[in-house]
Amino acid sequence: MTSTEIINKLPYVYPFLYVDEILSVDNDAIVGTYRYPNDLPFYQGHFKNNPVTPGVILTETMAQIGLVSLGIYITRDQDLAHNDINNEIEIAMTNATIDYFLPVLPTEEVTVKAYKVYFRFNKLKCKVEMYNKRNQLVSRGHISGMIKL
Amino acid sequence: MTIPKDQLIKELKDIVKPYIQNQEAYDNLSENTDFINDLKINSANLVDVILDIEDKYEIDIDNDSMESMINVKNSLEVILSKIKAV
Repeated sequence: MTSTEIINKLPYVYPFLYVDEILSVDNDAIVGTYRYPNDLPFYQGHFKNNPVTPGVILTETMAQIGLVSLGIYITRDQDLAHNDINNEIEIAMTNATIDYFLPVLPTEEVTVKAYKVYFRFNKLKCKVEMYNKRNQLVSRGHISGMIKL
Repeated sequence: MTIPKDQLIKELKDIVKPYIQNQEAYDNLSENTDFINDLKINSANLVDVILDIEDKYEIDIDNDSMESMINVKNSLEVILSKIKAV
């Protein structure tokens, strides 16, 4: 499954799609990148005259790459079994526990690395880390969600 | 290994505690208590309950067994049968 195939299956569009590219993926881990363009609407308000990417958006980025994209890859065989490549994925984030260490400014690119803790009974739990271009740890934690095709 | 039912219910009560949303139903927990309808445990947390049960009793719970474990009574049956099978 290619980066483009995974991204095409993501149920998001601008201004809420936070995945540019999946660099590597297997059944246990995924690495992906996203660059925050400076015209994203929330920069107008967070903060006043001082645009900084909100922590919830960092969490969302970690979830879209680390949980949903990995989930799409892990469940790809179920997709084939259904014999319908246009199957919409059903997802719901059920838990996120994240620590934030560094701010991410407009136009910065981040890399998200995620490792599967378990995928049981449609629940995927991942350990997720985000790094900036200088390879500094921006945030890390655990994210869980229910994933169904 | 056999565990008395009373003890098993008490242990199960400790396992579900972090995931319940209805304290009154939890306080009155009995064999007939339903995890979803009575304790208001959501589907994601029900998975946590199952995984915690696996760890606690060192058993493997398959999809079919998991689907039946929606209340205390069925969960006790699954736990007891899996422990016996070891």
